[in-house]
Amino acid sequence: MMADAEDVGAMDPDDKGGIHDFSYEDARSVPRSSGPTPSQTVGPFFAYGLTPGAYRYRLPEIHRTALAGPEVAGDRITLEGQVFDAAGVSVHDAMVELLQADCNGTYAWEQRNDGFTGYGRAGTGAEGPKGDTHFKFHTIKPGATLPEHAPFLTLILTMRGLLNHCVTRVYFPEDAWADDPVVLQVPQSRRATLVAEAIEPGRYRFNIRMRGDQETVFFDV
Amino acid sequence: MKAPLGRRWHHMPEMSFPDYKSSVSRAPGEAPVKVDKWDASLVLRPVWPSLPSGDADLTANGRTNGEPIGERLLVEGKLTEETGRPVPGALIEIWQANAAGRYIHKEECHPAPLDPNFMGAGRTITAADGSYRFITVKPGSYPWGNHRNAWRPAHIHFSVFGVGIGQRLVTQMYFPGDPTLPYDPIFNATTDAAVRNRMICQFSIEDTVPNWAHCYKFDICLGGGIATPFEEDRHDG
Repeated sequence: MMADAEDVGAMDPDDKGGIHDFSYEDARSVPRSSGPTPSQTVGPFFAYGLTPGAYRYRLPEIHRTALAGPEVAGDRITLEGQVFDAAGVSVHDAMVELLQADCNGTYAWEQRNDGFTGYGRAGTGAEGPKGDTHFKFHTIKPGATLPEHAPFLTLILTMRGLLNHCVTRVYFPEDAWADDPVVLQVPQSRRATLVAEAIEPGRYRFNIRMRGDQETVFFDV
Repeated sequence: MKAPLGRRWHHMPEMSFPDYKSSVSRAPGEAPVKVDKWDASLVLRPVWPSLPSGDADLTANGRTNGEPIGERLLVEGKLTEETGRPVPGALIEIWQANAAGRYIHKEECHPAPLDPNFMGAGRTITAADGSYRFITVKPGSYPWGNHRNAWRPAHIHFSVFGVGIGQRLVTQMYFPGDPTLPYDPIFNATTDAAVRNRMICQFSIEDTVPNWAHCYKFDICLGGGIATPFEEDRHDG
């Protein structure tokens, strides 16, 4: 856990300074090429800007962990989980975004009368590094968005240490996920990492593992 | 027209860049899985809530008893796709340290002063021509524990959500001429200099406002997706 604390930005009081450990080509004056802007890490300190509500910062919250108000049709579910690093330590400074269709398999393309947007956001450590590190969403079970496909939720993961965000899908154990045309493109031994575990009716657990035998499948999107 | 699938990896940093220590313990071990199908969310623009007024003015949204300390800046630019087509209606969120190099985050422990009038976070939605504009103060550089004598170059964090999950981007904007850039493993994890320099904003004397604020231009280009969802994309995945 010490390595983690160092990376967050905690200073080493014994740092004597001097020559820097790293030096790269000084290319500040090289003309930029045109093309996509590179990705960078979200860093450790995003919460007061991106998920301020749960962390009790002053910026008004605009994103939710509860995606379905009373008007929204569909079976209520909760999705909860943790993010584990290469050493199996749960991560307290990740942000998980959820994107999903409604119970009919339709995405929200504009403001709807029922208030459903199909987008939510959660942090994993509102109580700090020693607190609960679960992300948790209250939502509805989506319908299949394409014929012959199984219903799923999309999760987008960003955190300190990730120079590029990661995208995964959450399938439900009671559905025909094994026949889903996207799942079938994943190496067979890894497919089960895309399936949530039903803890009790309507309550699912989906842990994200960055490394190891059970490393979560991320998609190239 | 089908939306392209797959990220533009050769414009992106390495997933695991050993000089940046936490990338080693947190980057996935396996390469992302390529697929030839997704669904309509590839061209979905999420429905954003209306933003509190004044959310794009970071010199105003954190005030308690006056103006924040620091060099006042306009940070503005245009959000486009690789074709140059503007991306309107995109959510851009920024966050940054204050002028002294201190974040308000509760876990930040750099012994530099907090500014009672500066939160350091703001949001906006891009206009019809893809343009955006924030008012803020120039962030300071701050030390971190990655290695000996480690300092992050001054930067502003950007979170951008355009059209579809292919147009999700989290990045950082750096300042021209910053002396610490050649020592920063996060900036240099994008190994092609001409590519990583896209993250350096440009000072604009033309748009600098006399007696008020410097202007820096930061155009952002999103590598995936298409801006206008075509009807068939909603159905053919």
